[in-house]
Order: sequence, then C-alpha cells, then structure tokens
Amino acid sequence: MAVVAESQFHVLAVDDSLMDRKLIERLLKTSSFQVTAVDSGSRALQVLGLSEDLTSSPAVYPAHNEIEVNLVITDYCMPGMTGYDLLKKIKGSSSLRDIPVVIMSSENVPSRINRCLEGGAEEFFLKPVQLSDMKRLRPHILKGKSKEQQLQQEEEEEEETSISSNKRKAMDEELSPERRRLRLSNNNSLI
Amino acid sequence: MSLMVLREQLNVLVNSMFLEGLLDAQFRQLQMLQDASNPGFVAEVITLFCEDSERMLTELTKLLDQAVVDYQKVDAYVHQLKGSSSSVGAQSVKLSCIQFKQFCEENNKEGCLSELNMVKHQYYSLRSKFETMLQLEQRIQAYDSEQQN
Repeated sequence: MAVVAESQFHVLAVDDSLMDRKLIERLLKTSSFQVTAVDSGSRALQVLGLSEDLTSSPAVYPAHNEIEVNLVITDYCMPGMTGYDLLKKIKGSSSLRDIPVVIMSSENVPSRINRCLEGGAEEFFLKPVQLSDMKRLRPHILKGKSKEQQLQQEEEEEEETSISSNKRKAMDEELSPERRRLRLSNNNSLI
Repeated sequence: MSLMVLREQLNVLVNSMFLEGLLDAQFRQLQMLQDASNPGFVAEVITLFCEDSERMLTELTKLLDQAVVDYQKVDAYVHQLKGSSSSVGAQSVKLSCIQFKQFCEENNKEGCLSELNMVKHQYYSLRSKFETMLQLEQRIQAYDSEQQN
C-alpha cells in the first residue's frame, strides 16, 4: 500500500479511578483512537514491555514490540507509582523514550505542571478532560512517529555501513594465509 | 406514556438539576459522549460515581469517628470524592468537597464533621434525582428498542 491510511493510533491510558478510566476511554474512542486502559503505572510498564520484575521467567516476559503504543496519557496522582514516576521511567528507557506522554491532574499546581513538562511530558491536561482536549493529542503522536522514522532510518543506514564493512572484513579473512603473507611482504618492500 | 412525554420529562428533570446547581457543564460532556453505539454510557458513569461516593462517605464517617483523626487519610478520600464528582459534573458535591478539604487542611474536626454532613446531604439529593433520571432513560431506551423491532 503506497498511501498510509488514517490508521488508528493506539493510546495507553493510565488512571487508578475506574470512573475516570471509563471517561478517558470513551473520550479517546470517540476521537478514533484505539485504547488500552490500565489502573496503575506498573501495569502500564507491563503493557509497554518494560518488565520491572527482573526475576520473572522468560516465558512471562512479553515479546518486544508486541503492542505498539503511540501515546501514553496518565493521571498524576496515583498510589504507588505516580504519573510523574511513570513519565521518568518511560523517558529513561531507550526503547520507549520517544513515546509522547501527557499528564492529567485535577489540580492546577504550576510547580507540578512545570516539573512534568521539564520531565519530558508533552502536555498537561486539567481534569475533567474534555472532548476538545483530544484534538491536542494527534500532533504529539505524529511528532513521535516522525522521530521514530528518523531513528529507524539512521539505524538502517548504520546497519548498511556496518554490513558493508563486515563484508570487507569477511572477504579479507577468506583469503588464504599464504596470500595474506604475500600481500604483507609486498607492502614491506615498498617501505 | 408516549416516548415524547418521557423525553420531555427527562429534559425537564436534567434542566432543573442544572438550574439548582446540582450539575454543571461537565455533565453535558458526558451526554455528548453517549450515542447510538454507547447508549448506556451516562448510566454507567452515574452508577460508578454512586458506588464510589458511597464507599468514600462510609470511610470518611469511620475516620471522623475516631478520637484522633488522621487528616491525611481524610484528605485523600475527600480528594478522590472531589475528583469523581468533578468528572461526572456533580457540582454541588464538588463544591462541598472543596470546603471539606479546607477544613481538613486546618485540622478542624468540627468543620470536617459539619461538612461531611453537607456532602452527604448534597450527594443523597443528587442520587435520588439520578435514580429518576436513570429510570426515565431506561424506559426511553426500552421504547426505542421496541420501535426498532
């Protein structure tokens, strides 16, 4: 398919309140997003494929890139891991740091807002979140995707260069020891 | 009773709740999110709100009944209640929670007890109207599905 259709973006919503989860889920679905809603930061990390439990058996550890998440929207005030803690974990992970994170809070505390924005959050939504707030999400997702594509391109270019240099190395190694010695002696004669 | 009459009754009820300050604009947001593919959305949110609220009011009553009040815990529950009332558009409950938080911060037991009573009063008034609302909604939807059959 040459044309990238208006594919559904997948948003991971995190909120410990069941009511607020229902609400954000409906807001997101009404705005044509695919939604996974979880009740805690640690559950969110599981969905993202970042297992906190290093002792978990390989069978339990989710496959990398199993679920692609295009944006995380999280409540700030949650027991255990706060939205800010979750933000830091995401931004501190090399595989996840380009996923845009939006923080929601019922309290308008400027120092809190600043802390989150400085911590890497794209935006801060005041609760209750409105339908009109949903429009603000897409630009962040698209920015994240273009960063991802850029990274992918860079990775591919790096791979190509390393493949070609590896090829050269392999070719050299394939030469018989005799021929290598000949080449070496030739060089010596030039000095 | 005809569908039109039921709808009219529901409108009158909801409008009166706005006029009395029981509900605010957030409730309109909820109504906007309800549509043919999600006919039960408002009912679902209202039900969750009521379950949540009653649980918190019970906890708050217990906490304020103690000789020595743990204001941090009280504040945590009031904060939750304030949050859910705000999300559903329950304005009078929310406003009462704001006052409650104030008394909490001051560690004012008298104030907290009196405000707890106020919150309960506001909540139960709201709940009884919500019940009527849900009954009307159910009857309207039953009508709608009958029409479709």
